[in-house]
Amino acid sequence: MTQVIAKLGRTTLFLLREMGRMLLFLGATIAWLSRPPFRPVQILKQLHFIGFKSSFVVVLTAAFTGMVLGLQGYYSLRKFGAEAALGSAVALSMIRELGPVLASLMVTARAGSAMTAEIGIMRITEQIDALDTMAINPLQYLISPKFVAALLGVPLLVAIFDVVGIYGGYLVGVELLGVSAGSYWSSIESAVEWKDVYGGILKSFSFGIIISWICCYKGYYTRMSAEGLGTATTEAVVLTSVLILIWDYFLTSVLL
Amino acid sequence: MIKLVGVEKTLGGQAVLRGVDLEIPVGKLTTIIGKSGEGKSVLLKHMIGLFQPDRGEVWVDQVEISRLRGRALNEIRKRFAMLFQGAALFDSLTVFENVAFPLREKLGLAEGDVGRRVHEKLEQVGLHGMGHKYPAELSGGMRKRAGLARALVMEPEIILFDEPTTGLDPLMAKTIHDLIVDMHKTFGFTAVMVSHEIPKIFDISDWVAMLKDGKIAAMAPSEEFQRITDPEIAEFISVGGTVTLSPGARRR
Ligand SMILES: Nc1ncnc2c1ncn2[C@@H]1O[C@H](COP(=O)(O)OP(=O)(O)OP(=O)(O)O)[C@@H](O)[C@H]1O
Ligand SMILES: [Mg+2]
Repeated sequence: MTQVIAKLGRTTLFLLREMGRMLLFLGATIAWLSRPPFRPVQILKQLHFIGFKSSFVVVLTAAFTGMVLGLQGYYSLRKFGAEAALGSAVALSMIRELGPVLASLMVTARAGSAMTAEIGIMRITEQIDALDTMAINPLQYLISPKFVAALLGVPLLVAIFDVVGIYGGYLVGVELLGVSAGSYWSSIESAVEWKDVYGGILKSFSFGIIISWICCYKGYYTRMSAEGLGTATTEAVVLTSVLILIWDYFLTSVLL
Repeated sequence: MIKLVGVEKTLGGQAVLRGVDLEIPVGKLTTIIGKSGEGKSVLLKHMIGLFQPDRGEVWVDQVEISRLRGRALNEIRKRFAMLFQGAALFDSLTVFENVAFPLREKLGLAEGDVGRRVHEKLEQVGLHGMGHKYPAELSGGMRKRAGLARALVMEPEIILFDEPTTGLDPLMAKTIHDLIVDMHKTFGFTAVMVSHEIPKIFDISDWVAMLKDGKIAAMAPSEEFQRITDPEIAEFISVGGTVTLSPGARRR
């Protein structure tokens, strides 16, 4: 019994310390963001990496998500004779929920894991130590540009996701199943409010922060071995995904 | 002057340094020898504040650096350059950009000067025309030399070399030794070198120190060191340091 309690205590302490370290990491990164030198070239490179390289998988996921929503929505709505509302059903689920969440999960899988691996390798091969010896702050040089890039890149990808998804729904609902194009678009126009769009944007920004924060943190504190790198990458993807979903629920409940 | 006083460090549950007292003379080339896994790299990293001792002090001139952080530590580090055992080149930059990196970031030189100095250094380490390559496209020995160029290019007051010639062919090892000696004569920096190149190091070093069981077992001017009669030290330097590698002591 005492052993169980001791173990529980140890685990709690470990988790608390880890959380403290994570918050410190976030705080320090944000603090370094505001200090020169600013590195626009680095930020653009990272934006290219996060944004452009994830765009294919984001478009693909968005298209199929929109299409399946069109399909499901059509058959559900038809029961009530409300096929005309298909556009609004697709658009609202896209803009409020699926766009931000699914796009962020795809970015996590595609770019987040790569970020962890890149930083982790730099840790293991002492490149981060080399920066330190050159009196260059690794948080500022390495992490800040990724942070800014994720902050800008994720909302852009979410916007693309939303648009492609809505077109996917259009393709299935209108072109395939015969809902009238006019009612598809007009139902969107009447149902979607600015509030929904703002909510989606707010979510995307915060998911961008979560992705760069967790994935960079896990890479930065990679343990010194090849397994360490594997563990770090897995943990980064899992933790980021879980945090995105939890934070999504929290934000939704506040926003609604 | 770099001075370590009673430095102790435990890593991963293993007492690596167990009371190191060491004084590195200014403007001289001091070589640290010792078995593989003995803690030479860890010792070197203490001198530049990459590791903080669990106990003991690390002095650089009049400053005790082991408790320093942030800007104060960076001020000290600006006087150093370090060649890492694994070279630690930046993967995302070409060889040229790697060598140029400290000049641009740390010294803020004009691009013309950067180009001239980088090309000069690359030529000296035998990497002429390799500037456009990425570290992943180089052999281990070439990476080592690129790392050496990156350390030397800054012409700092103090340079730490972690095994500058390991993994090089004998001819290239000689070239690199000559280069270090030449640069040392020209610029008079304080050099601390970790090396397994026994007996070669006795020709080029001013001082030699041996790390054994987490302590400095001996430190003496080069010629004197070779006359040390302590049987273990004598054996180590007579067989050249390679035979006595204990198999369990490989680097991670
Ligand atoms: N970051 C670290 N975390 C945990 N243990 C470490 C770390 N760095 C080094 N060690 C351990 O410290 C000991 C000394 O390592 P070090 O790299 O200093 O040896 P070395 O004398 O340089 O050996 P070699 O000649 O093979 O380079 C080793 O047992 C190593 O496992
Ligand atoms: Mg070593």
